[in-house]
Amino acid sequence: MAQTARTEATRTALGPTLARLCREGLDIVCVDADLGYSTSAVKFGQEFPERFFPVGVAEQNMIGVSAGLAACGKIAFCSSFAVFAPGHCFDQLRMAVGQPRTNVKLVASHGGVVTGEDGASAEALEDLALMLSIPTFSVVFPADVVEAEQAIETAARTEGPFYIRTLRPKTPVIYDGSGYRFELGRWDRVREGSDVTLIACGELVKAALDAAEMLAGEGAQARVLNASSLRPIDRETLLAAARETGAIVTVEDHLIHGGLGGSVAETLAEEQPVPMAFVGMRDRYGTSGTWEQLLEYFGLTPRAIADAARGVVSRK
Amino acid sequence: MARAQTVSIDELKSITKRIRRHIVEMTANANSGHPGGSLSSVEIATALYFRVMRHDPQNPLWPDRDRFIVSKGHATPMVYSTMAEAGYFPVEDLMTFRKLGGKLQGHTVMQKPPGVEMSAGALGMGLSFSLGHALAGRLDGRDYHVFCLLSDGDCQEGQTWEAAMASAHHRAENLIAMVDRNHIQNDGFSDYQRFPDGNGSRPQRPGGWVLKDGHTANIMNLEPLEDKWKAFGWSTQHIDGHDLEEIIDALEQAKAHTGGPSVVICETIKGKGVSFMENNPDFHGKAPSPEQLKQALKELAD
Repeated sequence: MAQTARTEATRTALGPTLARLCREGLDIVCVDADLGYSTSAVKFGQEFPERFFPVGVAEQNMIGVSAGLAACGKIAFCSSFAVFAPGHCFDQLRMAVGQPRTNVKLVASHGGVVTGEDGASAEALEDLALMLSIPTFSVVFPADVVEAEQAIETAARTEGPFYIRTLRPKTPVIYDGSGYRFELGRWDRVREGSDVTLIACGELVKAALDAAEMLAGEGAQARVLNASSLRPIDRETLLAAARETGAIVTVEDHLIHGGLGGSVAETLAEEQPVPMAFVGMRDRYGTSGTWEQLLEYFGLTPRAIADAARGVVSRK
Repeated sequence: MARAQTVSIDELKSITKRIRRHIVEMTANANSGHPGGSLSSVEIATALYFRVMRHDPQNPLWPDRDRFIVSKGHATPMVYSTMAEAGYFPVEDLMTFRKLGGKLQGHTVMQKPPGVEMSAGALGMGLSFSLGHALAGRLDGRDYHVFCLLSDGDCQEGQTWEAAMASAHHRAENLIAMVDRNHIQNDGFSDYQRFPDGNGSRPQRPGGWVLKDGHTANIMNLEPLEDKWKAFGWSTQHIDGHDLEEIIDALEQAKAHTGGPSVVICETIKGKGVSFMENNPDFHGKAPSPEQLKQALKELAD
């Protein structure tokens, strides 16, 4: 794994990627609810004004209009902050997108506590659970901006509903120059190991890698998986990890209920039960602070992940 | 390909009778469903499918078709009966309504059967979806029109007004909304205009209240409804929603309107055509009993 110093916000991938794909001939449109500057959707709007539809601060309408465009054959992207979409428009996502499987792609930024200074109301901690509760959605939480661009392209080229979660702050880029290709339903093994598996998503994949370094200093080899594809999950890779390492820690900037931890636990409980630990937000909301401070404050750190790993290994 | 439709008003009237008979029969057969708001919108749907819309039952996904998008997704008896009469599927299929293994679910499911434009059943979603169709038509240079049917309840949902604002903002002149204004919804009477013992004028007391029979009166007043649409930037018409000639004229006028969207507020009677269902909230979401079905069919005979 090439470690680089570059940082970039995953949200910056949206507009430029959509513009590129539209230039390549994909029939893309984008509906925007007054956050396109923040989600980078305006970069698409600048280049394709006739394909960019602002609807104002109206997320329910944004989803409905997107579904109508999709029903007429368009690849309909829309974006907002995750607290507003899916937060404001769950029923529209269920009825107009999920049930009829319209070709709508919601790319929502500002997931997790790393949203930072804006505080609890702006920090989406339930969005993955909401979207995973709609059975027909593919759900992706990219680990960095390189993977975000690839996930957006995959969504554009794959028929059906997608939810992609992006982030506000500039987080470490882990896939620069790696030749990595995102594949829906496949989890990348970013580090090999046989004593315990750390399964992380989003910006915390980097924290899991750092935790693995700490553990290696103690002689424990941690495998690290990037679980960017939350639906479909990579069952094969997950079960192999449980079988081969015998202990699992999940790591997410989200409530542990209904997100990555819940999904992993459901699969393992049925197929390959092993000791598990969950690093994430446990029955609580965020607060204001810098994003680095908040990760520390809420225990979403390499140290906390390493602690959880030691605990779970002791229960093997 | 679809052809110009030249069905006479007399023929249209006899089609509405057939559709009304289907509505009471299929709900009775299913022992559930929503006859009231289906019966109120029969003339609107008949005018669209047999006179106003450009469509082809043999080619339901024809990209240039006019769209009929029904936001009030519980009015499936009206939707399915009209489509069956128009030739989208056999009339006999109506008896599979709400049955396991049948094609006709209780609320609409997109393209099941082909020709049903939208999954609905949660109110308030149809106008947004219709605007998406309208914007796609303009982007693709297609000249179809999008007809969206709304209920009183739809007009209480915030999303409808988000979509109303956006439709005028985007100057969606190929979008036409129709309100099936029957003044009755699930719990009772939408406003003070139609509830029993009311005199049609605005009551002294604020809000709604529960009547002795358990229905709610003045659930959420929509008036002045036409002014609301006007204020949102729509061209408006207000007509008798059971007068086929008026409906056809209004929709043709709306099609000819340029520069923005049009709405036709259709004053209707819930349960229209069946004496004991008319203006009766009980038949919003309840099927007629076997005896009531006999009575209804007698009243709806040719």
